Parts: sequence; C-alpha cells; structure tokens
Amino acid sequence: MAIQVRVTANFQKLIGGERSVQGEGKTLGELLDNLEQRFPGFKDNVMTDGQLQRFVNIYLNDEDIRFLEKLETPLNEGDVVSILPALAGG
Amino acid sequence: MAVTVYIPTPFRRMAGNQSYVRAEGENVGEVLDELGRNFPNLRDMIYDRDGSIPAHVNIYVNNQEIHSLQGKGTPVQDGDELAVIPAIAGGQTLTPEQVTRYSRHIIMPQVGPVGQRKLMGAKVLVVGAGGLGSPSALYLALAGVGTIGIVDFDVVDLSNLQRQVLHQNEDIGRPKTESARDTLLSYNPDINVVIHDTPLTSDNAMEIIPQYDIVVNGADNFTTRYMVNDAAYFAGKPLVDGSILLFDGQLTVYKPGQGCYRCLFPAPPPPGMVPSCAEAGVLGALTGVIGSLQAVEVLKLILDIGDSMTGRLLLYDALSGEFRTVKLRRDPNCPLCGDNPTITGLIDYEGFCGAPFPSHEVTA
Repeated sequence: MAIQVRVTANFQKLIGGERSVQGEGKTLGELLDNLEQRFPGFKDNVMTDGQLQRFVNIYLNDEDIRFLEKLETPLNEGDVVSILPALAGG
Repeated sequence: MAVTVYIPTPFRRMAGNQSYVRAEGENVGEVLDELGRNFPNLRDMIYDRDGSIPAHVNIYVNNQEIHSLQGKGTPVQDGDELAVIPAIAGGQTLTPEQVTRYSRHIIMPQVGPVGQRKLMGAKVLVVGAGGLGSPSALYLALAGVGTIGIVDFDVVDLSNLQRQVLHQNEDIGRPKTESARDTLLSYNPDINVVIHDTPLTSDNAMEIIPQYDIVVNGADNFTTRYMVNDAAYFAGKPLVDGSILLFDGQLTVYKPGQGCYRCLFPAPPPPGMVPSCAEAGVLGALTGVIGSLQAVEVLKLILDIGDSMTGRLLLYDALSGEFRTVKLRRDPNCPLCGDNPTITGLIDYEGFCGAPFPSHEVTA
C-alpha cells in the first residue's frame, strides 16, 4: 500500500533530501518502520521511547493522528501523511 | 445609464433598508438627484440646503472618490457602482482625511465606517519586530488599528534587512522597537505606537499582554513562543500565531478555550533538535506571506467577519507553492488549557529551548 509522506524543509534531510517520498504500511507505525529501514535514523527524530516526540505532529490527510489511533491508525491507498515539527522562526 | 448605488448602514433606513439600490442618470449629479427623489429622507443627508454635497459625505464611483474625478459632473456608465459614504459612525466622526485614507475599507460593506471605527479603537500587541512582526505590524498600521504595541529587546542588524521591512539601512544598531515605531508612524501618523523594549518574561508578560485586545506572535524562539501562548491564555486574549523556517510557514489563531500552542506541541524540543532561522535560514519573502496573513486574521477578528483560522492550522510550502490546512483541536490533556491543567503560572524556559534570551545572536 503506497502512502505519500510529506515533510517540512528542515526534515527533508531525514528522507534522502526529498520533500515527499512514497512509503509502505498498513498502519502508521508500519509506515514509520518502513521509512526507518530505508532512511536509518529517521525515527529518532520523530519518536522517543516508542512515543511520538512532543514537538513533532503527524497528520493523516488533515487529521492529527493523536486524535485518531496514534501509531495504530490504519492507512489506505492514496493517503497523505505529513510530518510537521514545531517551527520557531519569526 | 443604470447604475447600482451602495447605501452604507447609517443611511440604510432612509433607503428602504436596502444595501444596494438602482438609479439612473448620465452623471453623478443626475444619479443623486434621482436617489433624492426616490428617498426624500436620504436626500436631506446627501445634499446641503444649497444643493451641494456636505463635506462629511464622500461619493465614490467604482471606488474612486468623485473629487478626484469630475465631481458631480463625473459621467457614469451602465453597470457602474456608486457609494455614498458618510463620515459619521457610532456617534463618532471620521475626519475627512480619515475618510479618504481608509476609503477602500469604508466602501466595503463588511467594513464600512463602523468597522473602520472598530479598527481605530483596537489595541494589538505584536511580539517581535522581526520577519513576521514587520509585515503584520505594517498592515495593521496602514489599516488604522488605533494602538499597536511592539515588544522586542533586540537592535537592528544588517542580516535582518533581508526580510524585516520595518527597518532600513540607517536603522542598523538602533533598538528595533524605535525603528519599528518610526516606520509605522511615517506610514500612518493617525495611530498610536507603544513600544516595550524588553524581552517578554514571566515578570512582565502579565503586565503587558492584558493591555491589548489581540496578540500577534512573531517571536523567533521557542522560549518566547511558549511564554506568549501561556500569557495570552491566562489573559484571555486571542493569539494570532505564525512561524517560519527555511521555506515553510505555519499559521493559526488560538482563542482561549478553543486550543492553544501546547495542544499542538505540548512541549518545546530539546536544544539543537529544531534549528532557528539564524542557524538554518529563511526565504525573506516567506515572512511577508505569513506575516501578512497574520494581519488579515487580526483584522477579521477586530471586524468580526469571515471564518477565523481558529481550529485550523495553515501550512504553506513555498517550494511547492501549496497551501494546505489541517485540523487543530483543543487537547483535553493539554497541560495549559486541558481539563486538568498542570500549568497554572508562567514558566521561564530560559536556556531550555536552544535559543536562550536575551541573545543578540539568535534573531529571526
């Protein structure tokens, strides 16, 4: 199941320099594992101790996965997953 | 020639409670004559005893004031739109200069003279006179927002001038608050600018923020962002939040009780995890996009029009040219605004967020 993953510019170095990549997984957790296999070190930037970092949000389409089923959130073909860290610039 | 005439709220009851009426004539004078025949009470408002248009009423043809055209002799075409705009609103008078300065606002029914008076009576605090604070403060000043507060402790640096439009070459080395005040007043001397030449801290945030109606967040570090969020929540003030980095921008509006920055990001990242603009860079014009959108959201709040960005987070990716919106919910577990809050006072995160303040090295 191909899922589009988008990141902000300051995270693109984590996924091989691209703004968006295709990932695989039936759930969000599987998708993150898939990205970690291809881009070692990726997960350390979005998770800590098995939990999402508190300054990084992940959206399935337009919904924050914290308000869905978190890492258990099921994914469907054509979904867009966005990884969004807090930005401090002003 | 058949034209449409916009009747603003103060005159509407004299024109059958209509916002727009049709009238005919070859020029403005003939249209106004017909208007006066159809609505005798309105005639008394748009003509003096000697038949001239009183000084406190401006007539517009397609948004152009007729004094800059041919006065009452200005010819009109089929489909033209006239507007009859009085300088009286809410018992207070707009000066003729104000009527002209704000004419493009006043002519819109969503603003009108009443809305313009609201803008002139509003007090908005802009935190940070940097990349975001510059365009937002600038457009608020141009819009006639009556009192604009500016908080910043920094001085203007050459590297700021790639994006911070409040400051110019000759301002290098000056406090940003002073440079900002001078620029805003040179654009619009009709407003009041209050400067707070200090970092926002737990000592002063609850003195400064309650003086204002709305807060604009243009801070360049997590320390201040959490401080502004918490203080605005405690003070019960809406917070128009924007942030930027590299080619990305984020924008939302937090209304107390409807979600806050800690609902979105419960805690700041550890030092070094997310870079500042000084460390990573930012496309200068991007600050104009997000800062201008912040000004738009402030004006909407003051005027009470449209749909606020409350509950939605706007994401702008300058590289792809895409705007997207995701949902932003109040988190019942939020440590600040949740059901069982654990944060009940302001916290100084000094030295905690990777961008300690005061610092003259980390400026956005």
